[in-house]
Amino acid sequence: MAEPLLELDDVAVHFKVGSALAGGVHTLKAVDGVTFDVKPGECLGLVGESGCGKSTLALAIMGLIPPTHGHIALDGRDLAKRQRLETARTVQMVFQDPYASLNPRQTVRRTLADPLRLHGVTDKAEVAARVADMLARVGLRPEHADRYPHEFSGGQRQRIGIARALILKPKLVICDEPVSALDVSIRAQIINLLLELKDELGLAYIMISHDLGVVEHVSDRVAVMYLGRIVEQGGWQEIFEDPRHPYTRALIAAIPDPFHRAAVSAGAKAKGEIASALAPPPGCHFHPRCPLRAERCTIEVPTLDAVAAGHRAACHFRERTD
Amino acid sequence: MGLLKRPLSLASGRIVLDGQEIQDAPPAEMRRLRGKRVGMIFQEPMTALNPLSPVGRQIAEMFVLHEDAGWSEAMDRAEEALRQVRVPSPERRIRDYPHQLSGGMRQRVMVAIALACSPELLIADEPTTALDVTVQAEIIDLMAELCAAKGTAILMISHDLGLVANMCRRVAVMYAGRIVEAQPAEAIFANPQHPYTQGLVDSLPRLGERARRGQQRLREIAGVVPSIQAYPAGCRFNPRCLRATDVCLSVPPEITSLSADGPMQAFVRCHHHG
Repeated sequence: MAEPLLELDDVAVHFKVGSALAGGVHTLKAVDGVTFDVKPGECLGLVGESGCGKSTLALAIMGLIPPTHGHIALDGRDLAKRQRLETARTVQMVFQDPYASLNPRQTVRRTLADPLRLHGVTDKAEVAARVADMLARVGLRPEHADRYPHEFSGGQRQRIGIARALILKPKLVICDEPVSALDVSIRAQIINLLLELKDELGLAYIMISHDLGVVEHVSDRVAVMYLGRIVEQGGWQEIFEDPRHPYTRALIAAIPDPFHRAAVSAGAKAKGEIASALAPPPGCHFHPRCPLRAERCTIEVPTLDAVAAGHRAACHFRERTD
Repeated sequence: MGLLKRPLSLASGRIVLDGQEIQDAPPAEMRRLRGKRVGMIFQEPMTALNPLSPVGRQIAEMFVLHEDAGWSEAMDRAEEALRQVRVPSPERRIRDYPHQLSGGMRQRVMVAIALACSPELLIADEPTTALDVTVQAEIIDLMAELCAAKGTAILMISHDLGLVANMCRRVAVMYAGRIVEAQPAEAIFANPQHPYTQGLVDSLPRLGERARRGQQRLREIAGVVPSIQAYPAGCRFNPRCLRATDVCLSVPPEITSLSADGPMQAFVRCHHHG
């Protein structure tokens, strides 16, 4: 068994919101007791609705928000004790919106070369060679280096975003909804590119997405988040073929599949909407929307326990398969 | 809806609503028609609602403008409309402003406004793109149910093929300003005729596909969507099409009917369809 590249141990990120004068200070538990690991070369899919804490977790892993509680270790060493630049060489991020995440006033060459220079690669010939090599890897032509972001289409811009994330040869790349801002006809190109690069460069990914089709296609393992907590995690096959948390089932049931018209069982659907993270329901956070809700769920927080080897679910009824 | 703004304008053609040509209707007539006979749901419920007006008032306005109701009667009917779209405690919610509601609730309000006057046609432009998937499922069910009850036809604009397949009876695929294929929903997914439709259907990662066939490379559609200022000559899909030949580069393809019931029921616009 390979040593994990990234380990999260009971990580929580809390924010203080509001003021003492206007209604009092509240604690927003964006991420609350998250434990998982990512092994080298593995792709972990992170699934959940907006406001469930996925992006906050990504920022914590990038070292951009210190966790309130718990530990994040990268390559076996605590993130808090690592140098910022060293962390940046190990973990990088691809953002959702390729229109907003590239500097419109920098050429592609500058966007790719700046990180190299910042990290001590000063030899001009080497910088040029690595920029050219990276452009080729993401399927762009050498002459593209001297253009500005507005001269590219959305798909090409996302290729630039990927090149920027990979230029420092990181081991882990966090992809935050990498295709959801792209045209449907372009998405397959970018997904194929991400998978090719993963194999060529031995990258590990954390794939944050609400598109379960994409997550199933690319992930080795999947973690499902709801209101700051992981409610289920396991291999992609277990999650999609034998989901044990009602929320996971509701997510899968909610995806309209063009090839299975209305095959969804109505009983699996979730009712209502995600609760506010400021006032999460007591007990199991999902209970107000859950078809399996019982008295116990409103009081007792279910722990993330094993259903089978490598498959865990935080539900009092994890053994029920109906 | 007659809402094109300069520099856009209707260049040619007819728009017929229930036997009446409306492409040249004067603005006053279009105002009477919008909301009364044609309702519209927009993509972004936050920007489409007036942030300075309570949602009840925005629904009631429909009854006042189109059905000669007084405000107090209209507000009662607005409360009933909110109940129909299953907003909890509508008697309190009618006084809320849009920012006090969640995204899903706002979209319910949009549905209530669009359907207030039981229009003949509802245009839903990406109605759930801004929503989470579990909420999307609820809004779609709600829209379908209310429209069926009121006898309203839906024109659904979406890039989500799964949603379209589950919701729609007929599907028209647009590419670069032209409808390239139209077929009944089952047929278009089972037997797409245009290379662009085939590419779209094939490029989707499908739930369950990996379990059946392993992790395979997704089929790609090469190239990019052309810019509106520089559409290619001939068939506009030709730079991205694997079947393109000389004729595709110069001659825009005509409609080929795929149905015996009339050319507009099912057709494809491709020189090499099939």
